[in-house]
Amino acid sequence: MTEMPQVFWLFSIVATLLLITGFYCLIVTYNLVRALIGLEILTKSVTLFIILAGYITGRTALAQALAITLIIIEVVVIAVAVGIVLCVYKNIKSIDGRLLRNIKG
Amino acid sequence: MLSPLLLLPLLAILILNLPFRSLMQKLAVWVGVGLSLWQIVAVVLLAMGHKSADPWGKFFTLGLSCDNLTLVLLTSIGIVVLTTILVGWQTIGGDKQRFGFMNLVFVAMIGMNGTVMLTDLFSLYIFIEVTAVASFILIAFQRDTNALEGAFKYIILSATATVMMLLSISIILLVVGDTSFAAAGSAVRQFQGNPLVILAVGIFMCGLLIKGGVVPFHGWLPAAYSAAPAAASVLLAGIATKTSGIYALIRLTTSVFANNESLNNILLLAGAISILVGAFAAIGQSDFKKMLAYSSISQVGYIILALGCGTNLAIIGAIFHLFNHSIFKSLLFVNSAAVETQSGTTDMNKLGGLGTKMPVTNATSMIAFLSTAGVPPLAGFWSKLIIVVALWQNGLHAYATIAVLASVLTLAYLLLMQRKVFFGKLADGLANVKEAGWGITSAATILAAITVSVGILFPWMFNSVLIPISSFLK
Amino acid sequence: MTINIILNIILGVTLVLAAAWTVMTARLLRSVIGLAITSVILTIIMFRLNSPLAAVFELSVCAGLISAIFISCISLTQRLTDEQAAEKQKERFSKFWLLPVILVLAGVALYQLPITLDFHLPAAPTETDVRNIIWNLRHLDLVGQIVILLAGAFGVVALFKD
Repeated sequence: MTEMPQVFWLFSIVATLLLITGFYCLIVTYNLVRALIGLEILTKSVTLFIILAGYITGRTALAQALAITLIIIEVVVIAVAVGIVLCVYKNIKSIDGRLLRNIKG
Repeated sequence: MLSPLLLLPLLAILILNLPFRSLMQKLAVWVGVGLSLWQIVAVVLLAMGHKSADPWGKFFTLGLSCDNLTLVLLTSIGIVVLTTILVGWQTIGGDKQRFGFMNLVFVAMIGMNGTVMLTDLFSLYIFIEVTAVASFILIAFQRDTNALEGAFKYIILSATATVMMLLSISIILLVVGDTSFAAAGSAVRQFQGNPLVILAVGIFMCGLLIKGGVVPFHGWLPAAYSAAPAAASVLLAGIATKTSGIYALIRLTTSVFANNESLNNILLLAGAISILVGAFAAIGQSDFKKMLAYSSISQVGYIILALGCGTNLAIIGAIFHLFNHSIFKSLLFVNSAAVETQSGTTDMNKLGGLGTKMPVTNATSMIAFLSTAGVPPLAGFWSKLIIVVALWQNGLHAYATIAVLASVLTLAYLLLMQRKVFFGKLADGLANVKEAGWGITSAATILAAITVSVGILFPWMFNSVLIPISSFLK
Repeated sequence: MTINIILNIILGVTLVLAAAWTVMTARLLRSVIGLAITSVILTIIMFRLNSPLAAVFELSVCAGLISAIFISCISLTQRLTDEQAAEKQKERFSKFWLLPVILVLAGVALYQLPITLDFHLPAAPTETDVRNIIWNLRHLDLVGQIVILLAGAFGVVALFKD
């Protein structure tokens, strides 16, 4: 299909831009919850990459299985991270990451 | 014999969480000790060639494989998990908390056992994440603010490493349509010049270097190791970082991304920088556990340096040093747990003269630091010697010199630590300190005995045990 | 250009815009809604790339469960007062104006990259049913997923219970 390389290029550029957005969010923010949102955007980007790779090679079934597993694992990681943020809030009444910098080095 | 290593802890978790609360809470620690002892015995049986029929083979096709590298790591995992359970038994109070701790240790055990036995890149990602999630929760277990900060930093950096590994997996999926080690290896060999494949290899390596805490990606390591509660530090420093980061690096550079000149150069450089940065940063530390964390970075640098060298002898040295490091680093952290629980602080400026009050901890700590610094006849000396000889034989004289000089630095800062904490005059407020409880001292004695015996028996072990390890390299 | 390509371009651009808005917006609640919108657009893209099962999963989990988790987290942590919100809006602009610039430059640069797509695949796939792959072929992954869900449960108990 002559359409396929164009689809590949378009969506891989889109996924790379999403990757850049996610990393930018992680680097610039000091709010703990916004850092987690940045992580979520990174996960979406990688999911798009995997599904795209599956589409191009024709192995959509394998790619979908990988993507589903990926989403499950990310949910668990985000849940644990949110738990940690809530414990931080209970301790210091703020979700500002700059207040946590007392561990030097 | 392989699938029970994964499925028995899972069965243990499921049974222990049935509704008979108080009974199960008392049983949990015994089950944990039993499982880790069984793991060590099973590995010894496997090593002697005794392969019993796999009773679950009819129901599950798990696709596990086991070669000599796996056996070394399974032994380390068994020993360090046993140590963690003993330390946790002692330091974590309250039946409910101990029960939660045991559940998480079982999860970490499944994660690490799975990581060393699998043959597929995506399964590698899954089990590394399992170990990582168990580690996050264990670090944040007692909810003090420093530990929460360490755990959060670890989550962010670990997630970045995950994203890099998955990017690489998607590129490999694009190229061969399958994610097993064999397919990835054939892809890399076939398309060696292609920039996408080179990018895939490079990014995967960066991800694993972040997980293993190698400079310049070591940012999370001091905070996480020093702030975690005592038993979690032992598990994390002793085996979790090594399995997810360093074992995966060894497996991939020897079987999947093999014989790559630029990759070896990057590993050599990263290893040498880790050794130096870790050693120099450890000298200025006043917190006991943070100094041990930087020392870990330094020792892992040795393993990476040997991996970058690439010859058979170097890889044997790397694997032997990995085993030794898991033993003596766990011993150092067990001793720091003893000091922390008995005196209430880890600030070395406030400690002093504990040697007379805590004789067992003193003796095992001396054994541990002599082994770390590479003093004969303890085990650390032999593994460092193999690494230096392998580097010298390969013409990498500069790197070999760095390795030897850093050993001297290691001896210096560890001797300083020993002098500050254990020798000298008894500091104020420490008059009532007693020896640590039986859990911690028995764990320390076991680990010290292993270090000493491996060191003394080394000449016999070299031909019969160490040379066959490299049989997994084709 | 066919309707397919135009639709793909629209979907791609909307995805990037939604993600950029999620990152740049001042209030956390709007950020979470932006994340949900990004999930929905990603679901549509995945449907078009022949991956219906994964698309449905992404929609229900990411646009549903994760948004619920984030919103409950935000509602349990303190909300800013109005002056603080206005001040944050100003300093936010100075921090985040770089993002659209970077995105546009990166988009143009990536378009010019000379990477070719000339991989020859070995053989056609032998297994085409997703459910078959998960349940029959990749048992190890299943064990991993069960274990990580258990770990998540233990973590929630350990971190949330008093």
